[in-house]
Amino acid sequence: MKVVGLKCRICGKEFPAEAIYTCDNCFGPLEVVYDWEWIKEHATKEKIERGPKSLWRYKDFLPVDVEPVDLGAGYTKFVKAENLGKVLGLKNLFLIDDSVNPTYSFKDRVVSVAVTKAKEFGMKAVGCASTGNLAGSLSAHAAKANIPAYIFVPKGIEKNKIIQALVHGATVVEVDGTYDDANRVATEVAEEHPDWGFVNINLRPYYADGSKTLAYEAAERLGWTLPDQVVVPMASGALLNAIFRGFRDLERVGFVDEKDVIFNGSQPYGLPISRAVKYGKSVEPVKKMDTIVHSLAIGNPADGIFAKEIIEKTGGFAEDPKDEETIEAVKLLAKTEGIFTELAGGVTIAGLKRLVEDGRIDSSDVVVAYLTGNGLKTADPILEYLNDTVKIKPRLEEFEEVIA
Amino acid sequence: MIKVKFPSVFVQITGKRRIEVDGAEKVSDLLEKLFQDFPKLKDRLLKDGELTPFINIFVNGEDIRHLNGLETKLSDGDEVTFIPAISGG
Repeated sequence: MKVVGLKCRICGKEFPAEAIYTCDNCFGPLEVVYDWEWIKEHATKEKIERGPKSLWRYKDFLPVDVEPVDLGAGYTKFVKAENLGKVLGLKNLFLIDDSVNPTYSFKDRVVSVAVTKAKEFGMKAVGCASTGNLAGSLSAHAAKANIPAYIFVPKGIEKNKIIQALVHGATVVEVDGTYDDANRVATEVAEEHPDWGFVNINLRPYYADGSKTLAYEAAERLGWTLPDQVVVPMASGALLNAIFRGFRDLERVGFVDEKDVIFNGSQPYGLPISRAVKYGKSVEPVKKMDTIVHSLAIGNPADGIFAKEIIEKTGGFAEDPKDEETIEAVKLLAKTEGIFTELAGGVTIAGLKRLVEDGRIDSSDVVVAYLTGNGLKTADPILEYLNDTVKIKPRLEEFEEVIA
Repeated sequence: MIKVKFPSVFVQITGKRRIEVDGAEKVSDLLEKLFQDFPKLKDRLLKDGELTPFINIFVNGEDIRHLNGLETKLSDGDEVTFIPAISGG
């Protein structure tokens, strides 16, 4: 069996592979422990390359045994961004574009794994707390798996994200408060209903490992080598952690040579992880979040201390672009590469721009930047920063006047 | 009377998920009382005198770190909830 069990990330206490998420010894978070001999025996680069064009090409590395709940997430576009690279002064800039996932964000990776695990555990329902992207993804995967879904979102998130969750038939609960409030309520519900699988709560150890495929894909598509640096958007910090572990996995099985990849994070201005890294503080929660980037607006980031540790030990940095910079970055990416990313992707590009300008990334470095969602999900705030349409009467002459 | 809710991971120490505590005027008093009744909870919640960052404490749904921390005042009927620090993805 490839999954040996779960282990506390703080004190190391081991547990069976069940739907649990907290260590009973120190209350630390749990992670999946794999049998690396099993994986070495079963996984080969050739097998992966012959596999499906989805994250399930890496099934030997993922913590599930049953047939996956699969909408085709993962193995998304991997783009050498020549045009954007030229503007920023980077010769080897690569983008992983998860805006083309089945529900248009990277969350399909984690949800596909977590809902599969819920099925494996025979759970009666699934649920989550979400800033929006997870909501749509969980609702779609739950529909495919034919399991009811209960989704808790803060009030005021983008309408398109709510519609997306509702259309697949989930019960969407809008909590009068912030994401952190919705998350607290969802955690209480998860505690009351242990036979429900809350993907980012009691299924979290399995769920988080779905994001490791963002590391596997980068390495595979760089010809089984690791990049020099990565730039990752941060909300809870879990994604950055997962990508870090993903690279280590590939080193462990000998698919890539060992390399000290530099990890950089980017988070909207004023949020805890970037603030802690940038200003040398500890990761302290914030209550009020004044940003239009709702998908990254987590005031109490559970993986923040781990993300900070990785950034610091790899010699990376964390940037905290303001909303105006994020919008400009969305536009820059759209105009140079033809990719319309959501605001979180704008935070990645705005952070990348600052890192280059500050001399933290060298022009020849191989850089992978992660675009985690689709621009149409968060289009409204962009509108006022775009040129207005050209309005004419239906006459050729009027158009000719415009371009004269 | 303060209503206290524990997560399931506390149950092996506390025996149940809901209890009521009398005479706690602030969160630190409540913790003292809980530690007297459940000494093992003290060992696990406090590390070098500091509360572990992996359990959040809420008074009527508000994180005590956004109130007055351990000095947050409690009144009759208040609900104090302990929740593992899990969020986002």
